[in-house]
Amino acid sequence: MKRALEAAAPYLFGFCALVVWEAAVRLTHTPTFILPGPLAVGAALVQDFPRLFPALVFTVGVTVSAFLASASLGLLLALIMTSSRWMERSLFPYAVILQVTPVVAIAPLIIIWVKDTRLALLICAWLVAFFPVVSNTSIGLRSADPNLASLFKLYGASPLQATVWLKLPSAAPYYLAGLRIAGGLSLIGAVVAEFVAGSGGDRSGLAALILEAGYRLNMPRMFAALLLISVVGVLMYALLTRLSALVLGHWHESAPRGPDRP
Amino acid sequence: MSAAAKPLIAVQRLSKVWPNGGEALRDISLDLPASPQVLSLIGPSGCGKSTLLRLIAGLEQPTQGSIAWSTGATANRANGSGPNIGYVFQEPTLMPWATVFENVYLPFKIAGVSRRAAQEAIMEALRGVHLEDAAQRYPRELSGGMKMRVSVARALAPRPPILLMDEPFAALDEITRLKLNNDLLALWEALGLTVIFVTHSVFESVYLSDRIVVMAPGPGRIAADLAIEAPYPRDEAFRSSALYTEACIRVSAALKQAMGEAP
Repeated sequence: MKRALEAAAPYLFGFCALVVWEAAVRLTHTPTFILPGPLAVGAALVQDFPRLFPALVFTVGVTVSAFLASASLGLLLALIMTSSRWMERSLFPYAVILQVTPVVAIAPLIIIWVKDTRLALLICAWLVAFFPVVSNTSIGLRSADPNLASLFKLYGASPLQATVWLKLPSAAPYYLAGLRIAGGLSLIGAVVAEFVAGSGGDRSGLAALILEAGYRLNMPRMFAALLLISVVGVLMYALLTRLSALVLGHWHESAPRGPDRP
Repeated sequence: MSAAAKPLIAVQRLSKVWPNGGEALRDISLDLPASPQVLSLIGPSGCGKSTLLRLIAGLEQPTQGSIAWSTGATANRANGSGPNIGYVFQEPTLMPWATVFENVYLPFKIAGVSRRAAQEAIMEALRGVHLEDAAQRYPRELSGGMKMRVSVARALAPRPPILLMDEPFAALDEITRLKLNNDLLALWEALGLTVIFVTHSVFESVYLSDRIVVMAPGPGRIAADLAIEAPYPRDEAFRSSALYTEACIRVSAALKQAMGEAP
């Protein structure tokens, strides 16, 4: 009973907050163009679905593509950088520069240079998301047990064997932690880039919808789009956490332990 | 112990200076006979015991001197090239993402031997350390002593003629340690290999070895080479024998002298 209550606690809290919100809006007669109640937002979600859904698909598409590009290119870059000191010394400073320059500042340039809006947004989101993958994975690749590395050397392992059987598995927990950060960042990158790009063209995502709804003082629609963005972010995080548990569950300390584990 | 014509390993005038100028070892000469032997390397911290072991294994290159292997030892059953050496570290040094079976399979995997072909040797090695039932378990499900046994099984599975052990039981509790000492002696007698055992413990070295090399620090060098002439098999009764006590006193004295010589 206590455990069930504990599991239900966040939902109960959320429900209470919604009730208070709705009551406050009604009691103070706040106009919807300032703050709509949750019921109005729910209604907008249903009514505007034909407009919201394509925007959702567009934003999810950019986010997921940027995430996959970060996951694959980040890993590749980390492998290249850890393969030699020269590579690391040559490349790492540029990775840092790309990371610390705010995407809002680079986005207009990219949008001018790249004709295809979708691709431009993808590049912006990738710029935000790839760095945690590179830096985490680089640390992970270097964190292989030096004694195990000695053992690989003793048994005459080739550099490829040592990479695939020792360095990559050692880096897996770091890589997956990097992916969890990159998941959220690709969504942020996609949304921020779209804000900069504005609602030009017929193919636009949730951020453009938020901008447009703001101009029209259509707050319920704005909230509905915002809600969808949050849902996408939470889903990404949950999926990546699940993936992490699936890959590391049987051996890594970071994974939750079942009752059969010591 | 029969004197073999040609030593298994001949270490000649070995010196090691680190790139920062620190002198780890100076002028080490040591012959290991082809007949099975348990040799303990004992000495204070920083006397270069572990460095000597890494040099013998080929994990470090000497600054001067040479290590010659007899031809029989250079045929590696696992990969067919380089000396076939078993190596056990102070930590179990297992791959946490792999099962016990996969960990012991590592030397064969690197050599390109299939699991099927290596299966027999792996299970035999696991039986040797009483872990045949744990083959499919992961390291985190094992106790410290069990992990160490897996490490020993991995080192012995390719049937090396020589096993190098770098303070392998130092991190274990006393009871587990005594048990593993007995298991090691049993394996040594069954497999007929040469063991070089690095330790800090006079008692452990006397119990296990028929030869103890005492090293002195600053720079590392051989201070004494003592024979422990007690017959094998040895058991708990040996620990309370006069021979054991006498040997411990002798080794302690040599160790004290070696440390006194240090500048």
